[in-house]
Amino acid sequence: MTFLFDLLAATLRNATPLVYGTVGETYAERSGVLNLGIEGTMYAGAFAGFVTAWATGSPLIGLLAAIVVGILSGALMALMTVTFGANQHVSGIGLTIGLIGLSEFANRLVFAGGELQRIEPMPAVNPLAGLGPVASVFGQYGLTWIAFLVVVPVAWWVLQRSSFGLEIRAVGENPEAADAAGVNVVRTRYLALMIGGALMAIGGAFLTLALLGSFTLDIIAGRGWVCVALVIFGRWRIGRGVIGALLFSLVFSLQFRLRILPEFAALPFELLLALPYLVVIAALALSGRNVAYPGAYLKPYRRS
Amino acid sequence: MRFSPWSTPVLVAAAVLITFAITAGPIIVAGANPIEAYAAYLVVPLTSQFTLLEVLVSATPIMLTGAAVAIAFRAGYWNIGAEGQLLLGAIAAAGIGTLVGGLPPVLALPVMVAGGALAGAAWALVPALLRIRFGIDEVVTTLLLNPVALLLVNGLLHGPWRDPETGFPESPRIAISAEFPTLIDRSRLHLGFVLALAVVAIAWYVLARTPAGLRLRAAGLSPHGARFAGINVSRTLLGAALVSGAIAGIAGVSEVAGIQNRLTGGLSPGYGYTGIVVATLGTLTMPGVAIAAVFLGDLTVGASSAARSLGIPSQLGAVVQGVLLLTTVALLALRRTRARRTDAGDAGSVSGDIAAEAQPG
Repeated sequence: MTFLFDLLAATLRNATPLVYGTVGETYAERSGVLNLGIEGTMYAGAFAGFVTAWATGSPLIGLLAAIVVGILSGALMALMTVTFGANQHVSGIGLTIGLIGLSEFANRLVFAGGELQRIEPMPAVNPLAGLGPVASVFGQYGLTWIAFLVVVPVAWWVLQRSSFGLEIRAVGENPEAADAAGVNVVRTRYLALMIGGALMAIGGAFLTLALLGSFTLDIIAGRGWVCVALVIFGRWRIGRGVIGALLFSLVFSLQFRLRILPEFAALPFELLLALPYLVVIAALALSGRNVAYPGAYLKPYRRS
Repeated sequence: MRFSPWSTPVLVAAAVLITFAITAGPIIVAGANPIEAYAAYLVVPLTSQFTLLEVLVSATPIMLTGAAVAIAFRAGYWNIGAEGQLLLGAIAAAGIGTLVGGLPPVLALPVMVAGGALAGAAWALVPALLRIRFGIDEVVTTLLLNPVALLLVNGLLHGPWRDPETGFPESPRIAISAEFPTLIDRSRLHLGFVLALAVVAIAWYVLARTPAGLRLRAAGLSPHGARFAGINVSRTLLGAALVSGAIAGIAGVSEVAGIQNRLTGGLSPGYGYTGIVVATLGTLTMPGVAIAAVFLGDLTVGASSAARSLGIPSQLGAVVQGVLLLTTVALLALRRTRARRTDAGDAGSVSGDIAAEAQPG
């Protein structure tokens, strides 16, 4: 039983950065912009959050710094793809290369000595402590609680039920019609990318500020690409994307626990880890022509 | 030819200058003089024979991935998967390289290169088929196969291919006859560089001078127009995707046979992604790719020497690459917008937002 509770707790914990990233990428894509800058934005969020928390002694200020970096990253992606109308894939890859480079550059400057610096990480909170072994599942970081209880429902409500969300979906589906209906396409895409960027950066900062309490190179390790996959797996719906994040995290957490056991030492866990990617590709293949991409996916908008 | 401020060479030069103006910021923060720094990045590596050859060593893999990306992009096929295709080529080379010990190099090397090319093409096949058959966006599928390829490498290195002698996660050393010979004594410059130049030259010829190249460019500029002209666009895309994967695979062979002599986890520090920078900076032309690869190779060697001489962390090289990619693609987009405003009309073009060819006149 303890194994199961530990596994569930780890699943929620490891899903947290993916949930922030997936919700953030969903906002970008629903507005019509594929943001491949996500990997770099998460990386920059992780570093900016850590270095600020280290300098000020406050993880909360670190989190704010990460949010600012995420908003700026989203704004830069919007400048490239919305204002300049530049190619979205290439812009996103450029953003990722540049932000990872800049974070590692700053890391070398600030921590020139090279020894691993640590901060006091954000504590876990357990409102259900004392309910026996099952309570250990709920001993989670504040950012995990916020992800599942605040960010996911609010992000869903805003996107599906608010007029701002309707505008985001409209400019992502049919910008010409949205423009004709008086929606400011440029402003809406900027906002969607900036909100998305902030969420991605929080996802990255969760790793340094809560989970690890330190910054190491390659800390994001492809989590941003996983989020890009999860958005499609979830068919651009927030709820389904979060379910995908939980499934991915379950596989990830399970292999992490099994591989230290001698009975399972021979299992090729790398192949297990590759499964989520392959599942997404297989899901795309099986749904075939019925994959409903946002109508204006990858298309810059120009008034003609 | 009339001088235009929007001609490709001027535009690329402007992108480089704007990039250097932007990256002067971090250089100043690092406490160095930007002018000195850029001299160290670009000029110093060219001043000694050893570093000059190292520039070409650094240019080799990214010239290949750059050519791979450029060919796909020219066809309007957004292959973001050169990284994974490179790793598959490396796996094939490391596998074949240990088996061909009995063969003379003149047989072993072509077998290895062909095997790597096939492996890279195979890795590119599924996304290409999904795109052609179901219209599934290849950007995401090619991208997602990159981490899968890396997991495959790590799975092999932690499992069946772990070095039996040292226990390190490295594959056994390939046979001597499978190693690429060095071109110049006491340097690391190897046969892979000649291979990269040959690939670029052949690709240039095919793109510019053959019907297949014409079909590929036509498909990229306007799929509808190409279809109207009787071109089988699906088959053209499939061909471009497979050739692109094969060339990226050769880049992996080149790194295994020329540098590492085995499969290692850190074989590629993102050469596939740098290929996107090279291809874009070279505006998807083969001469452009060759020049851009040497330029970025120069920058890479300069960045590591400037880290020692000026104390600027070598990671600035990656910052320059990212900013350069953003500036180039932004300027190309602005040129396209401007062309459309003057009614040159390439609105249906797929590859046109990067390719030099989209420039009217």
